[in-house]
Amino acid sequence: MSAAPALPVWADRVLLPLVCLAVALGCAGAVVLLVGQSPVQVMGVLLDGAFGSPRGMCYVLYYATTFVFTGLAVAVAFHGGLFNIGGEGQAVVGGLATGLVALWLSPYVPAWVMLPLMVAAGALGGALWAAVPGYLQAYRGSHIVITTIMFNFIAASVLVYVMVNHVRAPGSMAIESAAFAPSAVLPSIQTALGWFGVDWVGSPLNLSFFLAIAASVGVYLFLWHSRSGYRLRVVGASPGAAQYAGIRVQRHVLVGMAMSGALAGLVGMNEISGVSGRLLLEFVSGAGFTGIGVALMGRNHPVGIVLASLLFGALFQGGAEVSFEVPGFGRDMVVMLQGFIVLFSGAMTYVIAPWLARGLAGLAWLAQRLQPAKDQERSGG
Amino acid sequence: MRGMHKRFGAVAANADVDFAVRAGSLHGLIGENGAGKSTLMSVLYGLYQADRGQIEVFGQTVAIRRPDDAIALGIGMVHQHFMLVETLSALDNIMLGAEGHWRLRKAQAQVRPALDALMQQTGLHLNLNALVCDLPVGDRQRLEILKTLFRGARILVLDEPTAVLTPPETEQLFVVLRTLRSQGTTVILITHKLKEVMRLCDTVTVMRAGRVVQEMPIDQADVDVLAHAMVGRKVQLGRAAGAAKPAGPVLLRAQGLAWSDAARVRQVDGVSLDLRAGQITGLAGVSGNGQTPLLELLSGLRAPQAGSLDLVGQRFDAAQWLEPQTARHLGLAHVPEDRHARALVMEFEAWESAVLGYEATPAYSQRGWMRHRPMQAATAQLMAQFDVQPRNPHLRSSRFSGGNQQKLVLARELNQAPRVLLVGQPTRGVDIGAIEFIHGRLRALREAGCAILLVSSELDEILALSDRVLVMLQGRLVGDLDVAECTELALGRLMSGGTP
Amino acid sequence: MDETQWLALLTSTLRLSTPLVLCALAGLFSERSGIVDIGLEGKMLFAAFAAGAVGAWYGSTLLALGAAMAVAIAMSWLHGFACVRYPGDQVVSGLALNIIAAGLTVVLGAAWFGQGGQTPALGAQVRMGALWSPGAPGTGPLAWLQALLSLDLLVLASLALVPIAWWLLYRTRFGLRLRAVGENPHMVEAAGVSVERLRFAALTINGALCGLAGSYLVLAQSAQFSHNMTAGRGFMALAALIFGRWQPGLALWACLLFGFLDAASIRLQGLHIPTVGEVPVQLIQALPYVLTVVLLAGFVGKAVAPAALGKPYRKER
Repeated sequence: MSAAPALPVWADRVLLPLVCLAVALGCAGAVVLLVGQSPVQVMGVLLDGAFGSPRGMCYVLYYATTFVFTGLAVAVAFHGGLFNIGGEGQAVVGGLATGLVALWLSPYVPAWVMLPLMVAAGALGGALWAAVPGYLQAYRGSHIVITTIMFNFIAASVLVYVMVNHVRAPGSMAIESAAFAPSAVLPSIQTALGWFGVDWVGSPLNLSFFLAIAASVGVYLFLWHSRSGYRLRVVGASPGAAQYAGIRVQRHVLVGMAMSGALAGLVGMNEISGVSGRLLLEFVSGAGFTGIGVALMGRNHPVGIVLASLLFGALFQGGAEVSFEVPGFGRDMVVMLQGFIVLFSGAMTYVIAPWLARGLAGLAWLAQRLQPAKDQERSGG
Repeated sequence: MRGMHKRFGAVAANADVDFAVRAGSLHGLIGENGAGKSTLMSVLYGLYQADRGQIEVFGQTVAIRRPDDAIALGIGMVHQHFMLVETLSALDNIMLGAEGHWRLRKAQAQVRPALDALMQQTGLHLNLNALVCDLPVGDRQRLEILKTLFRGARILVLDEPTAVLTPPETEQLFVVLRTLRSQGTTVILITHKLKEVMRLCDTVTVMRAGRVVQEMPIDQADVDVLAHAMVGRKVQLGRAAGAAKPAGPVLLRAQGLAWSDAARVRQVDGVSLDLRAGQITGLAGVSGNGQTPLLELLSGLRAPQAGSLDLVGQRFDAAQWLEPQTARHLGLAHVPEDRHARALVMEFEAWESAVLGYEATPAYSQRGWMRHRPMQAATAQLMAQFDVQPRNPHLRSSRFSGGNQQKLVLARELNQAPRVLLVGQPTRGVDIGAIEFIHGRLRALREAGCAILLVSSELDEILALSDRVLVMLQGRLVGDLDVAECTELALGRLMSGGTP
Repeated sequence: MDETQWLALLTSTLRLSTPLVLCALAGLFSERSGIVDIGLEGKMLFAAFAAGAVGAWYGSTLLALGAAMAVAIAMSWLHGFACVRYPGDQVVSGLALNIIAAGLTVVLGAAWFGQGGQTPALGAQVRMGALWSPGAPGTGPLAWLQALLSLDLLVLASLALVPIAWWLLYRTRFGLRLRAVGENPHMVEAAGVSVERLRFAALTINGALCGLAGSYLVLAQSAQFSHNMTAGRGFMALAALIFGRWQPGLALWACLLFGFLDAASIRLQGLHIPTVGEVPVQLIQALPYVLTVVLLAGFVGKAVAPAALGKPYRKER
């Protein structure tokens, strides 16, 4: 096979993810056909469920909030040259820390002290949970992919242990904690808009959405405007150059992972503080892995991640609608689509990119061919 | 091989090469870096395809497309970097691909007597059961040779075989090669060491700049003739800059530097050198003789196992070695040999690559925040001063041509007005115009009183720029000449192991 | 604990270890050839679904087994297409396969069987039963024999496959080449053996074994496929493989250890260790993963992975 031309930057950043998305949708559509439903109809229900009502859109933003946190986590680690699959576990430990601090202090402390403490606890918990695999990779050479996978499972066990043995609200059948005092609950958007006298529909969307936006801005500033972020990117892009520049590679790997974990640890602010107001078992449920898809689609850039989070949020919300309206479909269709997206925009880019490049080159050639004809017309006519 | 042509991009690695070897002879193929000898043999072994040309083996015209084809024709190659699986035994490494039976034990039993006989026959003794990771380098090379013989090689090509051997191991290799020749195997020895060729070979071919320049039986050759043919350029008379200025104080003194790699090969073997202000010290030598590790030691990228360094008055020894940032603070700048993996971050845009190593200077960052405008302005200025094209600080580093990348790196390092500059292969892969420019800048820096160490495998460059010339061979400095004393003969001999 | 309880624990261990052993062997072949296999979980899941679906439709054990293996092999080949044929990232590909499997199995299951993702319970003739069920329980050596025969075919097969895998890896030409390609693919290519073909062969074996693991879950353990029934076993098998330093024998012991922990977790709960207090069940559940991390951190000897593991092979020159 002859070597395909390289993709121009804009095509690599914008067009390629869209093409991968299209291919993934195509595969999912094929599956939908296979089970006897109409892909167009299903898509319609999905889009309507996501964007057809203010409530739907609020749900989309609520889901997106969590995905922004986990997507940023994966992206920061990627920029440092590491693959952090442990977002799931880091979110669990961060959320656990957030919840425990809330349970402990919320009756005694006002909201403006409580909430920042919870944010700090969540970030710290997630950071610690990521720092251990990061340390093991940087200083002992243990492969970070494996250790983070293991830590995901360990985190799940830790959560269950703490919930069942120490935190469980007495007299409750479900495994959940007592409710937090109001100072630990992040107001929902409905409540917040109510302060301004605006009547808004109820939804889980809460103020942590702004925390997610702030985190995105923060990550952007860190990676591209701070010296530490510059060094982290050098480490990820070229360890040889980092050595040459005198950058301490191991230290930056560790810091990068800690930051990554801290971001994932903020999921608790959305799910625990913003939505349920108590500690639950299932507050992460796969968001860590969705974060990987988000980072891949968003090309590890905060803007792309926010957009990709909205996309995935729409898929989740739309998927919920589909599971209500279309018989025989559950949320799992979205999971499947998510898997296709990860497959095509993650592993199969080498398969798709050359074809895209050839396509673009072909278009350019066509455009050139058409040009002289136009010139001739002009000069002849 | 007749009329062989092979181009890599703009470089003609082989141009109209005719190369013939008599069966059962020991044939030397010599030349400097980039002479084209490795390319020619790689084409023979099927690793590359020639653009034009014809190959005849044992009288038959053949087409060689893959190593498989070459092996089938009886051609075997021992590469400079061994292709072995460390965790397997020597026996398994030899057998792989030609096991003979699907049941391993049986295949091993079948192969062992044949191998024993082969080892007896050729004098290549080796513990077949040992794991490769436990074998010393000399044994590993024997393993490679046995591998080719086991596959029925009648023509054996060895690429720089003595590069990693100690003198006693080299002697043993010579014995083996002579034995092989006496048994009718044809051996082609690629090397840059004239001594070996004179001792061992029957005939010798000299290549230079992609062409064959000399071919003769050994009894008609001598070291002078060969060195001249290999290096063959006129020393530049009337060099730029006026009368020789007296050299300034010693700014960098290295003593007794020694470093061995993981395979325990002594890459840097007791090197001592001085760099004086206002002087360009050229380090000549075929690459692979320890220049890269030496540069890494001097710039702080690597710590030696023994030796000391005095840099601008500060002393470093093996226990507490120099670090790259300390070096920069002391006024040492380093233009690395490897542009792609060290000097620039290829993914970054030029304005970010242009501060690599200096990101902490107040001009570029303050209180932990990078200052984009000054960085971009500085880059634009550097690009203007050093004529880097295209004049776009936002272009990705990988998009610049080799010459412009190198100019950017030089601009960055020279901008710091260093007192000591280490520069490795400054014009590798760089076009003519940029070469002239870079040379001019280095001269200007020398006039300004900087001490420069120039490492280059291009003798032209060394002779054009240096005031003093050191020659490195197998980890040691074997020559220290004033440039006026440098004739191509003397240098050629030094570089290839003859006596000056 | 008396004898019957010990025997019960032992047979329980063996049953719980079986899918781990099969998946660990699958991962062994893949990783020894240089391909990281995070996707064991997804392949096992999809294979379980295939076994449950085909078993329900055709009522044939053999067909169910065959379908499971075919599906898992197809997934392995897809992984190979992205990562061997093309230099795709092996970890991402494996992850993607896991996610796809998790979703696709339920989507298809819900659409085809209407039970919310589950497949219908399989009748006894389709399922694999004990080799021989006695009447009254015996004692002494007879009890041991009865315990052994109460295991089904796949359990014993999985145990038998370990020495077979060992033999394949260390005593055949194919095994030699496989081990070499995971350490230095350039050397193998230069010796005239196709790296791509070797790796695809390894992936095929990988798929077949995952297929067996998945079909065990449905045909022997629980009689039907249900949502996410693998519950992390694929990752535990990967942990066992690494804990066993990529060697069949050690991996088997690791699987047995992890299986034992699973079987005994109920029993060990409430166990009092002096000065520590009660051992929580979650600790035992997490123990396999903790042990693997401890090993990887180099605190209990080194686990050296195949040198070329995870690196896409490009025919460079």
